[in-house]
Amino acid sequence: MSILLFAESEKNKLKRNAAEIASYGSAMADELNKDCVAISFNADNAHELGQFGVSKVFNVNNAPQQFDAHVYASVLIYYIKSLGATHIILSSSADAKFLAPLVAANTNAAYVPNVVALPHEQHPLTVKRTTFTNKAFANTTSKAEINIIGVGNNAFGTVEHVVDCVVKNVTVELTASHLEQLSISKETGKATLADADVVVSGGRGLKGPEHWHLIEDLAKVLDAATACSKPVSDMGWRTHDEHVGQTGKPVSTNLYIAIGISGAIQHLAGVNASKVKLVINNDPEAPFFKAADYGIVGDAFEVVPVLTEKLKAFKTQS
Amino acid sequence: MNILVCISHVPDTTSKINFVENDTQFDTSGVQFIINPNDEFGLTRAIWFKEKGGAQVHVIHVGTATADPTLRKCLAIGADKAFRIDTPAIDGMSVAKELAAFITDNSYDLVIAGRESIDYNGAMVPGMLAALLDIAFVPNCIGLKVDGNNAVAEREIDGGREKLKGKLPMVIGAQKGLVEESDLKIPNMRGIMLARQKPFKVLSPKGSENITKDVIFEKPAPKAAVKLVPADDIDQLIELLHKEANVI
Ligand SMILES: Cc1cc2nc3c(=O)[nH]c(=O)nc-3n(C[C@H](O)[C@H](O)[C@H](O)COP(=O)(O)OP(=O)(O)OC[C@H]3O[C@@H](n4cnc5c(N)ncnc54)[C@H](O)[C@@H]3O)c2cc1C
Repeated sequence: MSILLFAESEKNKLKRNAAEIASYGSAMADELNKDCVAISFNADNAHELGQFGVSKVFNVNNAPQQFDAHVYASVLIYYIKSLGATHIILSSSADAKFLAPLVAANTNAAYVPNVVALPHEQHPLTVKRTTFTNKAFANTTSKAEINIIGVGNNAFGTVEHVVDCVVKNVTVELTASHLEQLSISKETGKATLADADVVVSGGRGLKGPEHWHLIEDLAKVLDAATACSKPVSDMGWRTHDEHVGQTGKPVSTNLYIAIGISGAIQHLAGVNASKVKLVINNDPEAPFFKAADYGIVGDAFEVVPVLTEKLKAFKTQS
Repeated sequence: MNILVCISHVPDTTSKINFVENDTQFDTSGVQFIINPNDEFGLTRAIWFKEKGGAQVHVIHVGTATADPTLRKCLAIGADKAFRIDTPAIDGMSVAKELAAFITDNSYDLVIAGRESIDYNGAMVPGMLAALLDIAFVPNCIGLKVDGNNAVAEREIDGGREKLKGKLPMVIGAQKGLVEESDLKIPNMRGIMLARQKPFKVLSPKGSENITKDVIFEKPAPKAAVKLVPADDIDQLIELLHKEANVI
């Protein structure tokens, strides 16, 4: 009886979210007195999961380098059956959300996504998750024998807990994929909305795409991903993939900086799960201030360049 | 080409989210319901296939009669036929099983659902459906072309996009970017009149059981008041972000 983790990797290295998944899974394994086993794919540094309480990893060596949901799902299904896994823990990345329903339907497992804490009950399994796009939480129970828990990005955090970790490199029988990858394009060297610690986001208050250097310069200093409000992407000032909110991407980062964004309910829904929100807006009545932790009432065109310069100085100093 | 679009009926994005009956039920009083925005992107693409290539577009919903106006709206903006499987939708797996049974009895080349519903945010029905039918699935779909028996679908990934090719039938999880916002259709008088003549069938469920259930809802704890920092004191802001919030 084990708890199985899906530790994501990219270019032969574990992804950052693997540490959070390992922390969650090993905390649960300790509580239930079960084994915690991670499955990774082509990861050279799989042993690093030992820093977060994982003592055993099956590192699958013969799967495609590029994530393929149908093939990776077949590997997880194989391990769920052969290890008798009762709980499967994975992240809320685009890939994990692709994979989880495929695994669930094939193993008759329950899938509970966007989970924010360890289960508060085991019989029946009861977990708290976000719902109504972060406007509420639901406590969800499951009567399934196998449960797949999708941990919300940044919801649990990482907990160091060093244990000996044995990595077994394995080859497993793979099923054929339903899909052929024709191309993939991915910005490299830039923080993505899914895994950045800081997100700098701009709204209509910036008046036009020609002013976006304000956002980009600030983002660069903070090693942050950039985002925007819906009208900004609708008007073509920025590409759709930067649109965050209820109908765009969700953001749950450590620091969300909103510049010239009014804080409409649909925008807030998508970004509210971020830990700390800083709002810069020249209208003291902007609704976003009600949802913010820190605020500056001021003109973005004046405040942001100063903030960028001062942060640069702060960063070189520390 | 026969296309089935799975429709979820969700509270309008401006809705206040409250709960009743000791926090066990969503409070629908005064709430406007709409086509789930992700489904609407998918439906709009399906209607594009109808207009360009004569596809037949059917819509289906698993749920109670409260969603009928939403399905009528789908007919008014161009779907040819609507189905509702008459059972409360309790979890993603039972909905996927009902849909899978329907699709097995009928025949579709393309099944389009939304990436996720904006109420329960499960993001699981389309993937489960594809797995139950053992056919290809592409979620977060921002581009879709069909060529004979094949489809090429683009999927948004964290930090980029991926182009995938697969055989029909295929299941798609639609989202923003699949069509332009300006392509979304608003029902006009003629569409509404035509919709009245279009077939609308209510079907009995197969009795698929739910395995999960949302038992108690909670609202987020009220937030402490914002700390305002004067615009000319950026040093103080940096100090707060560094020492108090610990985020830089
Ligand atoms: C179905 C539906 C779904 C939606 N989904 C989303 C979504 O997912 N995400 C989303 O973002 N929106 C969404 N919206 C739109 C949302 O309702 C708002 O219209 C949108 O968020 C507003 O964007 P904004 O804050 O950039 O612009 P505005 O509301 O125009 O706000 C601009 C802000 O900039 C400030 N400003 C102006 N000049 C300056 C200056 N010089 N310095 C500093 N501040 C300045 C103003 O005070 C104002 O507060 C949705 C709407 C609908 C109907």
